[in-house]
Amino acid sequence: MAANRQTLKVTIPLAGGERGFAAMSASRLLMIGGIALIVAGMIFGEIFAVFVLHQNAGRTGQKLLAATLAVAAQDSAGVRAQLQGLGGELEDRGTKVDTHVHLTGFGYLALLLALVQPYLAISERRKRQLAGIFLAGAVLLPIGVFLIHYVGLSYSPFAAIGWASVVADFGGLLLIIAGVWYFTGLLGSRGSAASIAKPEWLNDQSWSGRVLLTGGTLLILLGFLDGAFYAGFELYRHEAVEATLLSSMLDNAAKFNPAAATQDVSDYGHLQAQKAVHIAAHSHIIEFGLMAMLLSFIQPYIFLSERWRRRWAVVLLIGSVILPVFVLLELHIGLLAGGIADFGGLLVVSALIGMLFGVVRHSGRSDASAGAES
Amino acid sequence: MSRARRLLIVSGLVLALWGMCYGLLYAVLSEHQALEAMGGSLQTAFTSAAERRMSDAHSAIASYAATKFNYVREVDVHSHWIGLAMVLIALGVVFDRVAFPARVRVWIAASLAIGSAIFPLGVILQTARIGRVASGMAVAGTALVTLGLAAVALGFARRPTSAA
Repeated sequence: MAANRQTLKVTIPLAGGERGFAAMSASRLLMIGGIALIVAGMIFGEIFAVFVLHQNAGRTGQKLLAATLAVAAQDSAGVRAQLQGLGGELEDRGTKVDTHVHLTGFGYLALLLALVQPYLAISERRKRQLAGIFLAGAVLLPIGVFLIHYVGLSYSPFAAIGWASVVADFGGLLLIIAGVWYFTGLLGSRGSAASIAKPEWLNDQSWSGRVLLTGGTLLILLGFLDGAFYAGFELYRHEAVEATLLSSMLDNAAKFNPAAATQDVSDYGHLQAQKAVHIAAHSHIIEFGLMAMLLSFIQPYIFLSERWRRRWAVVLLIGSVILPVFVLLELHIGLLAGGIADFGGLLVVSALIGMLFGVVRHSGRSDASAGAES
Repeated sequence: MSRARRLLIVSGLVLALWGMCYGLLYAVLSEHQALEAMGGSLQTAFTSAAERRMSDAHSAIASYAATKFNYVREVDVHSHWIGLAMVLIALGVVFDRVAFPARVRVWIAASLAIGSAIFPLGVILQTARIGRVASGMAVAGTALVTLGLAAVALGFARRPTSAA
């Protein structure tokens, strides 16, 4: 314990650079809010993957099969009804994916904004207001998107837009206002750039920061290579097979061969799953890489012993590799791979919570030292 | 600010702005039409097959495939330009920590910036059916970004020296 205290003193000095991290400062709000948004997005993604994704895929497949059987029965009205139901299933899935993506995306943006606060030509009071507006928008938009499927057009005065869309759009408006304000603040700071002290995080040379930066870059590189491989060797083939399967599905249904049509629907579902896991693996590994890089920037604000900062950095990188790799293997080893991928996600969430705990501790220490000085 | 950092941050901002403008124009002018065309083609294909008009069904499937071919690339190019721009900006912020001499850092930054611009450009040009040129640009862009990222990872992993 004493050794840990010693390490803390050496690695994280109290300095003037912490002025921007004062109680209720914009940097602190955005940093804590950003990590909390990423954690919320990740947990939402885990719940979605375990309880919604496969069930939704099953229902989508059933509706496509029912539409194909309606083709066999020459029932045009039945076809339209089943395709409408299929649209509902796709909306259910799409809004949940969007919720997950927006929560984590806004989290990354909040972290970036926390770091550029010293460069903004805006008063500290206005920065706090802007941080509040940004975080309110970043919470409202995903909640609104999530509710779109459930609220629909209930009690809506509009013909095509429901209340949930209105909430999401209002959240988006708040984000646009904050974004434009931040941009003008950045432009205004150009003239006084020379007078701005170099932020503390730019000088950080800690082991955890360097490992997160290197690991993050390697993750992005891996994701990039995976995407290039998929685009070069799989995408065209998948596109051709999709059209062939749809044609075959309809031909077999029209020839009253339901067994063959059912097999086509099953193959079509498998193809969609293949595409989905490739895209999910590609996007997750790159996003985790970007997140690792952003988290490397905030290492000086994580008030934990060097040992624990290293542990959380390693845990985050291990989870960031496990999740996409086992998502990709899900089609080959089935549910076991899905479970391992979820475990990888849990590692990332744990590391994020650990780092969030460190940032909160850093806040407490800053407040205590500010109180002692006054 | 060093030349390499400035190159990465400015090219990242320009690329992000370009990607967003492209996305905005695409959403306003093309996306809804593409989605409606895909949904309409599928519905036509199934209802035509139910009415045993199989040639109509097959041409609707072909139309669906052609629209989707373009749609996938048009959406991908938007997200890749913005995604790569974010990577350029994030790398630009800490690029002085890449433990290579300043001149090498400029080359790495140029490789990343050029690759990030021409790789998605090659992808979108595939929709204009100029296959070889488009694929060549996409492959060249991929190679530049890959080499750049590998060099950056190595530079971050190396301990900084006074020469760097």
